[in-house]
Amino acid sequence: MNRRSFMTTTAITAAALSLGLGRAAWAADPLKVAFMYVGPVGDMGWSFQHDQGRQAVEAAFGDKVITSYVENVPEGPDAERVLTQMALAGNQLIFATSFGYMDAVMNVAAKFPNVRFEHATGYKRADNVSTYDARFYEGRAVIGTIAGRMTKTNKIGYIGSFPIPEVVQGINSAFIHARKVNPAVEMKVVWAYTWFDPAKEADAAAALIAEGVDVLMQHTDSTAPQAKAQEAGIYTFGQASDMGAFAPAPRISSIIDNWGPYYVARVGAMLDGSWASNGSWEGIGAGAVGIGEISDAVPAEVKAEALALAAAIGAGTYHPFTGPLNKADGSAWLAAGQVADDGMLSGLNFFVEGITAQMPQ
Amino acid sequence: MTLGGIDLVALMAMLMVASTPILLAATGELIAEKAGVLNLGVEGMMIMGAIGGFAGAVMTGSPALGFLAGAGAGAAMALVFGFLTQVLLSNQVATGLALTLFGMGLSALIGKGFEGVRPPATGKLDLGGLADLPVLGPVLFRHDWVVYLSLALIVAVWLFLHLSRAGLILRAVGENHDAAHALGYRVVMVRLAALAFGGALAGLGGAYLSLVRVPQWTEGMTAGAGWIALAIVVFASWRIERVLLGAYLFGGVTVLQLRLQAAGYAIPVQLLSMAPYVITILVLVIISARHRRGAQAAPAALGRIFHASR
Amino acid sequence: MITLVARPAPSRFWSWATPVLAVLATMLAGGGLFALLGSDPFEAIRVIFWDPLFGANAGYFRGQLFIKAGPLILIAAGLAVGFRAGIWNIGAEGQYIIGALCGAAVALAAFPAESALIFPAMVLAGAFGGWVWGMIPALLKNRFGASEILVSLMLVYVAQNLLAWAAFGPLKNPAGFGFPGSRNLQQYPSAHNAELIAGSGVHWGVVAGIAALIGTYVLMNRHIAGFRIQVAGDAPKAARFAGVAPARLVGFCLGLSGALAGLAGMFEVAGPSGQVTDSFNAGYGFTAIIVAFLGRLNPVGILLAGLLMALTYIGGDMAQLTLRLPAAAIQVFQGLLLFFLLGMDLLTNYTVQWGKARA
Repeated sequence: MNRRSFMTTTAITAAALSLGLGRAAWAADPLKVAFMYVGPVGDMGWSFQHDQGRQAVEAAFGDKVITSYVENVPEGPDAERVLTQMALAGNQLIFATSFGYMDAVMNVAAKFPNVRFEHATGYKRADNVSTYDARFYEGRAVIGTIAGRMTKTNKIGYIGSFPIPEVVQGINSAFIHARKVNPAVEMKVVWAYTWFDPAKEADAAAALIAEGVDVLMQHTDSTAPQAKAQEAGIYTFGQASDMGAFAPAPRISSIIDNWGPYYVARVGAMLDGSWASNGSWEGIGAGAVGIGEISDAVPAEVKAEALALAAAIGAGTYHPFTGPLNKADGSAWLAAGQVADDGMLSGLNFFVEGITAQMPQ
Repeated sequence: MTLGGIDLVALMAMLMVASTPILLAATGELIAEKAGVLNLGVEGMMIMGAIGGFAGAVMTGSPALGFLAGAGAGAAMALVFGFLTQVLLSNQVATGLALTLFGMGLSALIGKGFEGVRPPATGKLDLGGLADLPVLGPVLFRHDWVVYLSLALIVAVWLFLHLSRAGLILRAVGENHDAAHALGYRVVMVRLAALAFGGALAGLGGAYLSLVRVPQWTEGMTAGAGWIALAIVVFASWRIERVLLGAYLFGGVTVLQLRLQAAGYAIPVQLLSMAPYVITILVLVIISARHRRGAQAAPAALGRIFHASR
Repeated sequence: MITLVARPAPSRFWSWATPVLAVLATMLAGGGLFALLGSDPFEAIRVIFWDPLFGANAGYFRGQLFIKAGPLILIAAGLAVGFRAGIWNIGAEGQYIIGALCGAAVALAAFPAESALIFPAMVLAGAFGGWVWGMIPALLKNRFGASEILVSLMLVYVAQNLLAWAAFGPLKNPAGFGFPGSRNLQQYPSAHNAELIAGSGVHWGVVAGIAALIGTYVLMNRHIAGFRIQVAGDAPKAARFAGVAPARLVGFCLGLSGALAGLAGMFEVAGPSGQVTDSFNAGYGFTAIIVAFLGRLNPVGILLAGLLMALTYIGGDMAQLTLRLPAAAIQVFQGLLLFFLLGMDLLTNYTVQWGKARA
């Protein structure tokens, strides 16, 4: 830290401290909680699900909390300003819901030691900064199982967004479990290089369908692939939100980001004074990852098998990344019975053996 | 017909559907530019068409009425632009950008109640035996009616521009508005009409996105398609037959890139995502170099402000 | 019958009065919109226009105004020169990205060495990157007659893909656990473009923006090149007789606006943004086009227009936060403001008369 930024820090800290004192005098006031979203709340995907979580907080605590949000905040200088705005406006707990906000959160948190921050999917923490994420790969294991049972062509398609660990975990997990129930399964991967571009996602789906895929998964947010799948008469899974409008087919189940339980727990901790910095990475067990209703298009025994797997993962008796597993290049990764630790998973950048698709370098 | 494991027939069919929104929008923009107006607000008109069409179709239950509403929404946006640039004589580049900003916001506000709703399905046109023809059937005769409308419009616009008196007037206005005015043509009215037509087609393209390609309403769903449409008009050097070529080429490269990935080819994806844009530039350079008139192919009065009393 | 009569010269009075009128009209129309959405219109207008400047914590927000307006002004200054010559660089966004990439690449290559030479080298690299990206359309136009509007616009998308490639590949932070995005240059003292006076929001990019405005003012008003640019824009055919070489003019205008946009990107990535990520560019290159025209392509106008746009962004975010107005309502509001500003500009250049024009 150089001198100039040190001086800024002290100036703003003084402002923050005076705000903190002001708050203490009005202890009966409702808790102010703010959320910062990277997309519009109407994206029906990532930001929409975070806003559902915010609404769950309002429903749970009523007039004990006041929530507010700013949507469409780009991951750049604007993020830092909006976070500061939120802190200056008297919010005591702030959720920053995109990976790219990480350094902005750390900067602002240093200036407002009395304000608590929660950063989604990041890895930097401080006394007043927690991180939280969801183990989406647990859900992928469940829908991977369904996909492996449902495919007739033995080809499963996967629309990836960007080659980052979270997406790579999902592809590996889905493939491992599809292959477990159907050794002939192949996985076809297309990288769309976007989180949200309906037209491009539709084209990616069409490309996979032309390749003979008859079950389609996606890690992008729009429903365009669902529509393409319906046209082609193949199966898909809802992504991020339930996408229930496409049930019972082509959408035969879904993987749902459910931030509500975590948000309610953290706001509750603020209210009873027990909030402490943590790194939360919850999955099916804590309700952070939901499996949407498995529709009637899926045979009863497959449904039971999937639900049993979800229950085992939720209870902690089974880990989706359990050896023996090799890397795609044939080298050993996990020995028999060995379970991937969180460090391995959070930096995962290779496919497991059996996936022939290329990992972009 | 397959090449390197890729079914070319399926690829052609995909390409036609993928290109339809930008083809419609580019056709409309071409007419506006032929009349001498540069409307950079295509993206804003498209997204208004997307929500207008979606809301119309959901509320009436009829996709056809939806497309009509989408065209209406696009035309209304174009007339706002027309009022500002033709009556109040504002700068066209800045007004067009402002129109996009306005359209993005307004569509999101209108769309608040339509998120997660599923629109009525737009049926495929039943062309009987034609659909069963080998090769041609799957490529050409198994689409919805909007695809055919977009192709028919290309023919209609060509006939209009080259054979009709009205088309001649439109081009005269776009080449030299002062001369056209001196000859007694109502420059502002011609331009407003051209803009409205352009807006209607952009709206139709947007509605095709929200009603057929996706089909759902989400904020910002055009994701840059309007900008591509603008680029295609320039790429086509303001000739309608080349608009078709440009739109299909652009859609084709995008589709092919994804198709190669699906087939498991090890291609540098990030770099290939640029391919449509790089190829558009290359083709433009080749066309311009061959004619060396590329620049002059633009309507002479494009983007210039017309004021009658001058 | 209403008739418009062109003024012999733009009216001084109206050139100052129309922006004020336009802002008032926007407040009325926007207030109506906010009322429709269930917010108190007076409060909304106050939050957007007043609070960032004079409300609580205004000291912080005034500085943010410069941070937000800085790149807009720097880019718009360069664009305005080209626009006056009738050379349409629509791709400043791409030049901004490439400038940022080049500047950041220099810094990341030097990391972790500390030297006073690193920042100047980044400045040069940023300007050079933007210049190259601007010269591609210039070259293709001069050599092949390809439209610079299309080429520069297409190059935005190429740059965007290059940015994603760099953020996920070569510039990725080796200490970042496989996540995309470069090291944070704010934590690298030799490369950090910090605020010059704490809390003021003024960093080297803002200084460069003001310098660019002064520089282009001198160029356009005191230099023969400025005269040539003006002639080329107003009367392209006459320009050839006046000894203007169109090819050189194209190269100069696109190169200049490219270099300035590249600089803006570099200052942004080394300062307020800090990191190369696949989405760090927030559309500044496109917004700057609006700023250039709102400012009537004139330096003082661009300064004010840049600050006004920045104010609506910052106030808009505040309105979202405190009044729960959706981001979309703010976009509509900004669109209305632009419509009114552009539409009312009529009064500067024309007089409105009843009855037939006498001329």
